Amino acid sequence: MSKPEAIKEASMEMQKQMIARNYDAITSKHETGRKVSSTFVPGNLNELLMCFDIVNNLPEINAIQAGMRKASGGYIMEAEKTGHSEDVCTYVKCDIGQMTKGNIAPNGKPYPNPDVLMLSYTGCYTFMKWFELLREEYKCPTLMLHVPYEGDGHSTQNMRDYIVKQLKEVVIPGLEQVSGVKFDIDRLRQYLRASAKAEDDLVWCLEQGKKKPSPIDAYFGGVYYIGPIFTAFRGTEDAVKYYEMLRAEVQGRIENHQGPLTPEGTYFNDQKYRLIVEGPPNWTNFREFWKMFYDEGAIVVASSYTKVGGLYDRGFRHDPDNPLESLADYCLGCYTNLNLPTRVDLLAEYVEEYEADGLLINSIKSCNSFSAGQLMIMKEVERKTGRPGAFIETDLVDPRYFSAANVKNRLESYFQMIEQKRRGGGSKTVAA
Amino acid sequence: MSGKNRTVADIVAVCQEMYEDLNFNYARKWKAAQAGRKVIGFLPVYSPLEIIHAAGCLPLGIFGGGDAMEVIHGDAYYQSYICRIPRSTIELGVTNRLDFVDGMVFPFVCDVIRNLSGMWKIMFPNVWSKFFDTPQNFDSSIGGTYYVQELKEFKEGLEHVTGRTISDDDIRRSTKLYNENRRLVREVYAFRAKQPWLAPTSEVYVLMRAGLMMDVEEHNQMLKDYMAAAAAEDRPKRDNVRIAIFGSFCEQPPLNLIKSIEMAGCYIVDDDYSLNNRFLTVDVPTDGDPLEALSETYLKHSVETSCKYVPVEEDKGKFHIAAVKASGAEGVIYATPSFCDPALLDRPMVCHRLSDAGIPYIAFKYAENSGQMQPIREQAGTFADSIKLWS
Repeated sequence: MSKPEAIKEASMEMQKQMIARNYDAITSKHETGRKVSSTFVPGNLNELLMCFDIVNNLPEINAIQAGMRKASGGYIMEAEKTGHSEDVCTYVKCDIGQMTKGNIAPNGKPYPNPDVLMLSYTGCYTFMKWFELLREEYKCPTLMLHVPYEGDGHSTQNMRDYIVKQLKEVVIPGLEQVSGVKFDIDRLRQYLRASAKAEDDLVWCLEQGKKKPSPIDAYFGGVYYIGPIFTAFRGTEDAVKYYEMLRAEVQGRIENHQGPLTPEGTYFNDQKYRLIVEGPPNWTNFREFWKMFYDEGAIVVASSYTKVGGLYDRGFRHDPDNPLESLADYCLGCYTNLNLPTRVDLLAEYVEEYEADGLLINSIKSCNSFSAGQLMIMKEVERKTGRPGAFIETDLVDPRYFSAANVKNRLESYFQMIEQKRRGGGSKTVAA
Repeated sequence: MSGKNRTVADIVAVCQEMYEDLNFNYARKWKAAQAGRKVIGFLPVYSPLEIIHAAGCLPLGIFGGGDAMEVIHGDAYYQSYICRIPRSTIELGVTNRLDFVDGMVFPFVCDVIRNLSGMWKIMFPNVWSKFFDTPQNFDSSIGGTYYVQELKEFKEGLEHVTGRTISDDDIRRSTKLYNENRRLVREVYAFRAKQPWLAPTSEVYVLMRAGLMMDVEEHNQMLKDYMAAAAAEDRPKRDNVRIAIFGSFCEQPPLNLIKSIEMAGCYIVDDDYSLNNRFLTVDVPTDGDPLEALSETYLKHSVETSCKYVPVEEDKGKFHIAAVKASGAEGVIYATPSFCDPALLDRPMVCHRLSDAGIPYIAFKYAENSGQMQPIREQAGTFADSIKLWS
């Protein structure tokens, strides 16, 4: 029996339409003559691509779509059959496997080959190899933007200058050549202005997680909230309107003392546990995973996954007065480009600021950028906050690595631990 | 430790002892010999050792714990799907085997080693730890400008650790020593490629590993001594096939794995084991600005390996094919650590190129503590037989 259709808010419907229009723009490139780029979410240069009328296709998002449609498992196995290791990122294998299976977009039409691979190499080693692999297939220009890692916990002027220089001397000339459109920095400024406006509203929404009850779920709901800004819509008027709509919805829930809407159509008001979550969600069993939380009364009040495309809540905004420098700062500041101590500090701050019961880590097998070091992150955040942490393991889009019973057991143990802590029982924190 | 009449067995014994010594007694003694001396550890794949040497420090290669160390604490820091080198490196740290090390350099290899750099900052806040990010843009005016400044900051970090200023002449002097080291290493590799029965890789490997843990001048002498001693050895030439090993640039295989491949009928005539001393393929100029010289050499004359971007698609795998041809290898074993993103993501691309060039290959995975060698021997032996029969 198929699951009942998820109940969606108006903003979710609006986003769905935006995504559908973008897929149509991608798959109709031969009719419209528009150029298509493939690129990544962290370090996404959407405003810049828009300056060249280039449509933005994001293989990570395509993999998520395939995961949610239960198609990713087959694609991954297809890639493994052709020599891709079982050990590596399942987004990559999903993308490659999908190619061998006709490369069909969610609108049912085939993805056209990209005209350019915009390799914005930010916070994830795998990105570099992913596009080397795609380049072998598509034989199209690849524009590498190397974003140095903030190993010492901060960016430097040298890093910023390096990125700006690459933008000026590699990326922009490359996009001009692919598109035939001359770069106009005022057009970029205009898009960045719209970005900043949408970013203000996104931050407002995310920060409402501090309220009790929280009117948002900053993880399962959060992936919808970040959608437009993290993907193909930052800098568009559609995104500005989306975030205005989202803000109005969140405001409405605050006024009515309501929690977020669950996929089952009920408002999640009975919030017993307030969590900070680190790591991406599992996509193959997304609703089942979400349900495990709200069934137990657990609301996520802040998450790190909603920062992979930028730490707007820490003050960053795209700046039309310093357009290229601002893009450089944006790339440098994406969550997985931050070093471990910075990530620990951020998560510990979230625990305090959002008055959370603790930190839950969803460790993703595919994603070493996130996952390597997470056990230490958990211990450090526990040490700094005195609140218990817990650790569960799933994968992005490989259904073989989602064990519902295991995840549920661990979550239940964790909630018991929080209860015990509240009652004053147990002097030390132990991971679930 | 040097002497003209040293035999291969003498030299290999010294190297083997250093290779097996997880308390790093050579480095401890080196440090204790003179007040104020500092030791700087570095992980794979590439760090500019010249600058560490120019600071008066001993660069100490840290290649995990190998197969001789039981990892107890390190496993508590990592999930099962992370490779072994970071967990055994942490084990070295938390068991105080690195308590004399004043700084740690974590070069760009992958996200795991990258994140380990931050873990080290948390675990050992009194140790200078540096994530060293080499450019992926190879244009002198773009990647080069960035890299020269990164090298300056690296130098300043070492100045802070040591409390001494590093002059350009200091770097030039060290560069000359490392140029000689690289030349001699290349000579050993060429010697082995020419007469692999005289320089088995089980020896060459420990010779190189020890070299990344000792004073460079001492190693230079040792390389000369080894070549002289090996050339004088009377060792039979066997009916082995000649193979190159790729994919082993970071976490190292156990020595028994190398021996098993050799015992299975393969002469290893090229490899990317502990790549640091072959990363730069030509001499670094010693005139002009020494940091610019290091930068230019990195940009224009360094190996193709999985942690470097290949800007032109057609160039992918060219380095490997050229290495196979130059060494006279008849096939490739792409041997990579389990869960190694760089090598495993590169594997299909590099192997496609080998295949297109008509170079036979096999691939398998290992861990630094792999213990079962029978499957490796069988696989390598079958590969050797297939080359003999059909290539």
